[in-house]
Amino acid sequence: MQIQSSAPPTPPTSPLNWVQKNLFSTWYNSILTLVCLAVIVWGLSSFISWVVSTAQWEIVGANLRLFFVGRFPHELYWRVWTALGLILSLAGICWGYIVRKSPLFSRTILFGLGALIAAILLLPIELSARLWILAIAIISIVGYAAGRKLPPNISPWLTAAWGLVFIVNLWLIGGGLGLTSVPTNVWSGLLLTLLTAICGIVLSFPFGVVRAFSILYIEVVRGLPLIGILFLAQVMLPLFLPPYLRNLDRVLRAIAGLVLFSAAYLAENIRGGLQAIPRGQFEAAKALGLSPPLVVLLIVLPQALKAVIPAIVGQFIGLLKDTSLLSLFGLLELTGISRSILAQPQFLGRYAEVYLFIGLLYWLFCYGMSTASRYLERKLNVS
Amino acid sequence: MSSDQLPITNYLLPITHYHYMKLQKLLRDDRFWQIAGQAIAFLLVVILIALLWDNLTYNLRQLGIQLGFDFLGVQASFDIGETVIPYDPSNSYGQAIFVGLINSLRVVVLGLILATIFGLIFGIAQLSDNWLVQRLAVAYVEIFRNVPLLLQLFFWYFAVFLNLPGIENPIALFGAAYLTGQGVFFPWIEATAGAGIWLVLLLVGIVSAIALWRWRGRVMVERGRAGNQIWYALGSILGAIAIAFILTRSIPFRLNLPQATQGQIEGGLRLSPEFCALLAGLVIYTSSYIAEIVRAGILAVPKGQWEAARALGLKPNRIMQMVILPQALRVIIPPLTSQYLNLAKNSSLAIAVGFPDVYFVASTTFNQTGRAVEVMLLIMMTYLTTSLTISLVMNLYNRSVQIKER
Repeated sequence: MQIQSSAPPTPPTSPLNWVQKNLFSTWYNSILTLVCLAVIVWGLSSFISWVVSTAQWEIVGANLRLFFVGRFPHELYWRVWTALGLILSLAGICWGYIVRKSPLFSRTILFGLGALIAAILLLPIELSARLWILAIAIISIVGYAAGRKLPPNISPWLTAAWGLVFIVNLWLIGGGLGLTSVPTNVWSGLLLTLLTAICGIVLSFPFGVVRAFSILYIEVVRGLPLIGILFLAQVMLPLFLPPYLRNLDRVLRAIAGLVLFSAAYLAENIRGGLQAIPRGQFEAAKALGLSPPLVVLLIVLPQALKAVIPAIVGQFIGLLKDTSLLSLFGLLELTGISRSILAQPQFLGRYAEVYLFIGLLYWLFCYGMSTASRYLERKLNVS
Repeated sequence: MSSDQLPITNYLLPITHYHYMKLQKLLRDDRFWQIAGQAIAFLLVVILIALLWDNLTYNLRQLGIQLGFDFLGVQASFDIGETVIPYDPSNSYGQAIFVGLINSLRVVVLGLILATIFGLIFGIAQLSDNWLVQRLAVAYVEIFRNVPLLLQLFFWYFAVFLNLPGIENPIALFGAAYLTGQGVFFPWIEATAGAGIWLVLLLVGIVSAIALWRWRGRVMVERGRAGNQIWYALGSILGAIAIAFILTRSIPFRLNLPQATQGQIEGGLRLSPEFCALLAGLVIYTSSYIAEIVRAGILAVPKGQWEAARALGLKPNRIMQMVILPQALRVIIPPLTSQYLNLAKNSSLAIAVGFPDVYFVASTTFNQTGRAVEVMLLIMMTYLTTSLTISLVMNLYNRSVQIKER
């Protein structure tokens, strides 16, 4: 006979019970709760009264375009929208593909949709922008639904699609090959922030894999502050290049600096991943008759890269935050463009509003990415 | 095939076949590929460095720049906002950079101490069973970790510290400290005549307190007697203080309170808005990372350790001190070291708020002299030395907390 095991009976929880248990369990907890409550009430009330009465938000509303795309030509905005649409629809497909086993409408997705609709309704933006946002949202939802129907062996194609989107987007933003070219000195705002961060991590991959073996380089770069590396890239890189490359433009030099920097950290992460591969994998691959380069390429690297995905996402978040340092070298990315807006005489001294706004933008990206990556990690481990 | 060619073929064939077999054997040999790969990589690196060096010398010749550190002795002729050691514009570039280095060290050492304290507090608060405290700590970590440090520095400097009311109208904190847009004034202490004797005796007291603490800890663990560590240690320090007081018949310091009088504040310790903004930004940013590390470290100690310690009858603070923390430290210290290194490196962002640290002074030197290569080498050397020192000290400490196996 089998005895059924059951959970111990839980006492009924009322709100009062909950408060007693979680806030006032002991005398020092009660004091802590009261102190925290006082801090929260004081902080929130003074912050809200500042937001509502003292702060002047015209500076944000008037410069919304500058914050997002900077001085990108207005008639070419469709290219930025298309690039964004490509990324989000592919992201929708991938998301749907990864969570295809869970129920259709999870709470996260509902929250996301609600936030999106609210954003469209609330933001003081022009009509065409609202339409674009709506169209992109619909396409990504369709992509999400389509992604759920994809056969399970499609993932190499999705990876390839990301590579393709990266190249197409560079073409859309930079122009050339039949499109009007947009010179790098008008790339600015959030667009430039994202572009430099993505280029920095993508281009450092080949270096990161190769340099997983060169210790001196890693140790020197990791011992230096990023600002020093960027100084090196802006001031000294031209000295190390042949004369015909001497006037490499500022954005490319900045990306070179970011790649130099992030390659060292990436190499360190990948080395960690390589060490996590059991020896048996090398030996089994060898016993199957694979040559050493193939062992690394087909067996070891794919496993190592998969093991370090969380670390790489963390590194990308770090890099996105670090792109703000480019503003110290005269680039007009998100931080740089807000400093140039603050330098305009009619907006003098409105530091708090602008820094809070772009801080919120950075926060949304970084927090969103880390939450999404934690969620995906859980999903991938379960399946 | 004609008959007169046959001998030649016969003569060649075994050799080519032999060579071919040998080559095949070689190509299938792992060791050959390992050595060949190393050799090729080495060659590529050498070629790359040679190319870069060639370009460098060519470009420097074209621009008419000479390499050398002799410029360090030339008069700097720029002023530095705040200095610890005396400095004026007639001093040399070398001295200016040294002044910057001391400023850097000041902010890094203070930052490391404060970031550790804040990180510990918020890390433990994240595990609190008080819901409000725990949520507040999580919010602190998630907000400050996900916003760029540079932006936080701009915020603290431009929106907070420069925005404080002017010196005519300061914000007073308990009548002892003053917040103004020209700086923050703290009470400070000044040494009196007997301070030397006090210092020596206090040091002796502290050293003996540590020795007594360890000895009583051993007694407690090995013989199962009451440790009374706190009483022994306190007794040692109080004894030292009593002896010092009897010898000097005075206290070793005089309190120097800042005094606000008609649009001026005198006395006390003045911290510039630049220094305050940099310190606040660095401490808050780094402590949000340290809080995560502390939380993960404490969570990494298996639950059974808590339960076993409780079953042995230890009190909660003893459990933390003798069972959990020693084990958590093993997990905490390596990532903590890398956060300390990050703080030291991030202090170079001082240039964004105009605090004259070593990077700021070096980059001013570069702007005036145009010596890019030498200035870069100096910056590299400074930061590599700082990083190596921190990681050396932390590695020594790490070794002392690791499990000692036989």
